[in-house]
Amino acid sequence: MAPSAYVWLLLAAAYFLIPLYATLDFSLKENKAGAPCCTAHNYGWVIHNGDFWHTIKISFLLALETIVISLILFVPTIYWVHLKLPRLRPVIAFLALIPFIVPPIVMVVGLLRTFKGTPHWFYAEPWGFLAGAYVILAFPYMFFSLDAGFRSIDVHTLTEASQSLGAKWTTTLFRVILPNIRSAALAASFLTLAIVLGEFTIANLAAFHTFPIFLQYVNESQGFPAGALTLLSFVITWAAMLSLLLVGRKRGARSALITGAR
Amino acid sequence: MLGAFQDKADHATLANIRLLFQHPYIDAYKTSLEISLVTAVLGGIIGLLVAYAAIREGTPGFVRSALTTFSGVAANFGGIPLAFAWIATLGPLGVVTVWLRNLGWDPSAHGFQLFSKTGVEIAYMYFQLPLMILVIAPAIDGLRREWREAAANLGAKQWQFWRYVGIPVLMPSLLGAIILLFGNSFAAYATAYSLTSGSVNIVPILISAYYTGNVLDNPHIAQALAFGMFIVLALMMIIYIPLQRRAARWSK
Repeated sequence: MAPSAYVWLLLAAAYFLIPLYATLDFSLKENKAGAPCCTAHNYGWVIHNGDFWHTIKISFLLALETIVISLILFVPTIYWVHLKLPRLRPVIAFLALIPFIVPPIVMVVGLLRTFKGTPHWFYAEPWGFLAGAYVILAFPYMFFSLDAGFRSIDVHTLTEASQSLGAKWTTTLFRVILPNIRSAALAASFLTLAIVLGEFTIANLAAFHTFPIFLQYVNESQGFPAGALTLLSFVITWAAMLSLLLVGRKRGARSALITGAR
Repeated sequence: MLGAFQDKADHATLANIRLLFQHPYIDAYKTSLEISLVTAVLGGIIGLLVAYAAIREGTPGFVRSALTTFSGVAANFGGIPLAFAWIATLGPLGVVTVWLRNLGWDPSAHGFQLFSKTGVEIAYMYFQLPLMILVIAPAIDGLRREWREAAANLGAKQWQFWRYVGIPVLMPSLLGAIILLFGNSFAAYATAYSLTSGSVNIVPILISAYYTGNVLDNPHIAQALAFGMFIVLALMMIIYIPLQRRAARWSK
């Protein structure tokens, strides 16, 4: 190994690992001067905090809702495009790039204006407005992941085989196609989970109380418990992304890995 | 987006767009562009060097898989948790700040402030570098070993290989990746907001001030600001797509 390679890799390792260590260090400190090192006090604070459980529940349910809506919308659509309308594929691929050109901060401005005056149950509830925004945010990741999944299987042969055996469309979709793109769908779902659990911009501007909003509130008000909470949030991202990498090992589920949390 | 072209009474106007080129709005665009440019160029160059160090011959294979796995995760760190990690590292009571102070060198006495433009840039590098590593690794794979050997057989020195073969082949991918990084940092909001409590003057923070703060004078200004961001990012995309095509030529 060349010496310059050592230098660069060590510098990179230091840059990436020190902030993680610092967060751990903060999370183990007591909120009193001169207290001995290492207490689990901050983690206890998190576990006994009602707002923590409340907001993390909202965020998890939102993620679940986003994943379910996205899969119901996009799996049949992309299946149909691959089967019958292959010429539409580039159009959808272009549409999927739009959320990259319109970042969350720009998107939320447009959405708030467009949906102004819609019924209260939609505009003022996270399950309405926010879930809708997150489906748009998740669309590119869903599309690229599912598209890769569909490309790795032979949609035509599978469909024809299933129909010549007398299967209905629903049977074909659920019993034949879905099991074959399971790893792609799972990868897309984990990515969506990571996005929704970390999304701050839209929730903040539209004034909803999700987990990242709670995290920001704790950051501003109490330093050491925020360390514990931050570490927890890192662990959630790690878990989601590592599961993604694990299912992604199987055919064709790897795609662009940039989420919209920042 | 139409809101950008309307006044308070919803009549069509270009006044909001004209405002963008005036103080204080133009300053926010300048700061945003500067932060994005610095983190994209530095992130691009350093990311390239780190990725090359991990991929080049002689480095054990596990280093590469560890680095790409870590990058895949770290490119998704961002927002509020990342800001806190940096406060815990370089903030007034941060771990590194305390180390340096014990060594007799106080960063804040030398003008360093985490809650400033420099601080935001340092924090952004945490998601810029991994993204660069992920994006550039396939391009480095495209630099075939045989080319290096062929160049060496023809008597080329190390620098000549890079000057005439390596850098020209990598250039389209490198530029494309830098543009991607630029857009990535230009659109970022949560990290800077949390790190500086909204005090750094960048466009996304200015937009959010219209929604979360008390400044609700004319919401169309926020819409015009958002429209300006959209224009910048659309321009980036227009440069990016042809570069991407060129870069694809050398990949397998």
